[in-house]
Amino acid sequence: MIGKLNRNSTLISSLISIVLGMLVGAIAMLLSGYDPIAAYGALFGSIFGSASDMGETLRTITPLIFAGLSVALAFRTGLFNIGVEGQLVIGGLAAAFVGLKLDLPPVLHAIVALVVGTLAGAIWALIPGLLKAIRGVHEVIVCIMMNWIALFLSNYMVGKVLSNNSDSTEKIHPSASIRVDFLTDLFDGARVHLGLILAILAAIFVYVLLFKTKLGYELRAVGLNPSASEYAGMSVKRNIIISMMISGGIAGLAGAVELLGTNEYLSINASLPGTGFDGIAVALLGANTPMGVVLSSMLFGGLFNGGNNMQYVAGVPFEVIRIVFATIILFVAANIVKQVGNRKSRKKKGENAGA
Amino acid sequence: MNVVEMRGITKCFGSFTANDNINLVVKKGEIHALLGENGAGKSTLMNILFGLYQPELGKIFIKEKEVAITGPTMANELGIGMVHQHFMLVQPFTVTENIILGDERASSGMIDYKKAEREVQALSDQYGLQVDPRAVVADIGVGMQQRVEILKTLYRGADILIFDEPTAVLTPQEIDELTEIMRKLVKEGKTIIFITHKLKEIMSTCDRCTVIRRGKMIDTVNIVETNENELASLMVGREVSFDLDKQPANPQEPVLKVQSLEVDDKRNNPAVRGLDLEIKAGEIVGIAGVDGNGQSELIEAICGLLKPKSGRVILNNKDVTGLTPRKITETGLGHIPEDRHKRGLVLDFSVSENIILQSYYKKPFSNGFGIDYKAVGEYANKLIQEFDVRTPDKDTPARALSGGNQQKAIIAREVDRNPSLLIAAQPTRGLDVGAIEFIHNRLIQHRDTGNAVLLVSLELEEVLKVSDRVAVIYEGKIQGWVDPKTATEEELGLLMAGSKVKGGTSQ
Repeated sequence: MIGKLNRNSTLISSLISIVLGMLVGAIAMLLSGYDPIAAYGALFGSIFGSASDMGETLRTITPLIFAGLSVALAFRTGLFNIGVEGQLVIGGLAAAFVGLKLDLPPVLHAIVALVVGTLAGAIWALIPGLLKAIRGVHEVIVCIMMNWIALFLSNYMVGKVLSNNSDSTEKIHPSASIRVDFLTDLFDGARVHLGLILAILAAIFVYVLLFKTKLGYELRAVGLNPSASEYAGMSVKRNIIISMMISGGIAGLAGAVELLGTNEYLSINASLPGTGFDGIAVALLGANTPMGVVLSSMLFGGLFNGGNNMQYVAGVPFEVIRIVFATIILFVAANIVKQVGNRKSRKKKGENAGA
Repeated sequence: MNVVEMRGITKCFGSFTANDNINLVVKKGEIHALLGENGAGKSTLMNILFGLYQPELGKIFIKEKEVAITGPTMANELGIGMVHQHFMLVQPFTVTENIILGDERASSGMIDYKKAEREVQALSDQYGLQVDPRAVVADIGVGMQQRVEILKTLYRGADILIFDEPTAVLTPQEIDELTEIMRKLVKEGKTIIFITHKLKEIMSTCDRCTVIRRGKMIDTVNIVETNENELASLMVGREVSFDLDKQPANPQEPVLKVQSLEVDDKRNNPAVRGLDLEIKAGEIVGIAGVDGNGQSELIEAICGLLKPKSGRVILNNKDVTGLTPRKITETGLGHIPEDRHKRGLVLDFSVSENIILQSYYKKPFSNGFGIDYKAVGEYANKLIQEFDVRTPDKDTPARALSGGNQQKAIIAREVDRNPSLLIAAQPTRGLDVGAIEFIHNRLIQHRDTGNAVLLVSLELEEVLKVSDRVAVIYEGKIQGWVDPKTATEEELGLLMAGSKVKGGTSQ
């Protein structure tokens, strides 16, 4: 009961934090000579405005949920999976492979592509997991290296294997696509796709895994206290490997979903997509809980997608938009409202004591 | 003069009243004991005095002037220093660096380390603390680390020193040294508040004693006018029997056989060097010894947490040498680990999640895939009641429980599985008499149901009181056996120091 109340008040204080962050952001815009009302109007217009805008927002949220879940699950086991980027790229590459090279009936084709993408991400994460468990190499350094390998492997494959020296592939076969008409119609032509539903399912999966299963109990125990877990007969190494693989699998699925739903083709990229890094912020802001990840993905996704509109409609330059977003996220992350509230009540008590 | 006077202090955490209208008067130049069970509210009261908590009600007078202590900085300014139970030291820093940390007296932005070292040395000499200002904290022993903590408060000019359970981490010799230091501090005009639940120490060091029970102040007594029994019953609220109600042992077939066991410690230095040991069903074997003579490695090797270099461990007629901890546990081992925070509990797990730490994968809690948290909750509630674990509820994080109740939860978990061998390592470290009595009785009960118990403790009194046979460990070997009913502390002390005296009974 008390826990529930606390959780509600966290939500409310988060909302107030967003409003305060927006106020500070408005000051920043005023100082640099832009109209905050028009800018925020554009922001909300693009989040809630038309069905198509909402659809695009949901599409932006989808990969963030996956990436956030992936990072959060690893965190729970005491691992910092900074390799979500690479696992996501590899998942996309594997899905592109299946989508382009295989000929399968609809539905089945998409399913195979998703599964292969998931497995590819899991295997990509297995390498840092194994090195951590067996050799004690810190996962962060291996993950960062694996990110670059993934990026350039993908670029190589696009140019040499999946296309004929072109900088992008053909579109995947329609049978592998996870865009569906009813969603596209519902959101008025937006690129929203079945990935959103998969992301919600993934959040439920992570919740059940962590809090209802034996494996989840072990993963959490190892993350919180490896010594006590060892004493209780758990294999710390095994749990590290499993956690990395599941985390990588979710990241791989994110890559596959983005490819099969949003882009439908793979191109050569100069840099990593950034979704995996955003996932770290999403996971931390969401306190590493599945529900928190979904909520913070909504915040990030809404801002990312709305930011474009602020630029077009209100003419605010992208740099200023980033400042505004950073302010909002900073306010939420620092939970300023709660901090101030606590200090106030503490002060009150102090006065009582002194009186 | 009353250097500290706390009047009507009340402090609540949610619906729980940790301090209920407590009065405390400390006179200048005395050693004032603050006695109470774990969770009675001693630490809360002292944290209020140190400015870490603000009370809901009550007044504080320091040197007969009313003050509102808003934080530790202010407490420092008022001359209050705290020697924490868990040292607040930066391990890779030198003693001097640690002492000046937070109070760096820099001129033109530079710290004069030479001058700081001289000041530390001078303070150390003045109070006979024997601290080397240049030593690195990671390299010095627990006793010296504590003296560094004392120096820290003195360096900041404290004249009211709060010692929070200072003896919990010390060996008997170090305790004697600390007593000397405290006397010296008082002679030099300091005032000491000594938080403890060890009655012997109060009787031997303190001038007056304030007893707190369940958040309420019970009484303040002069030590010369009281005795251990009276203090114990004031603290617990009932008569405490210091003698255990214990029938003679009835040893049966051997449960554990350790044969020429050799184990290296984590730095690959030999710790256990050819140790032999046998424990029978229906007896408690105690292992006495100075800390660091291979006790920890012996236990970890029996439990499978360290791989033995050579030798054999036979449990229930099965060779379990080098098996995984789980296999050994399932062969019939229960283990109360010496470090309950490191090994015994996942502190951020709830009490009920901790209670299934050894059995979460088995029926009825798991069918192999999921965990039935409803069954877990029911089982946890049963054990919480049966073992008198005082917790708001089963879903409270273990971290929020007092040390004694954390230990009771571990004992509940280990004993309820009814293992044929129960290893209890330092089972009462840091606990109060009430909890100690409970735990000792549980160990004896476990013996009386036909199981074997291995008790490893640094407290000689405990080993002699609870065990049926006592082995003394020295440099990784059993130095000799004594009969706890007839053995004297001198006899044990000699064995513990490595002398080859013939003990009482043989093995």
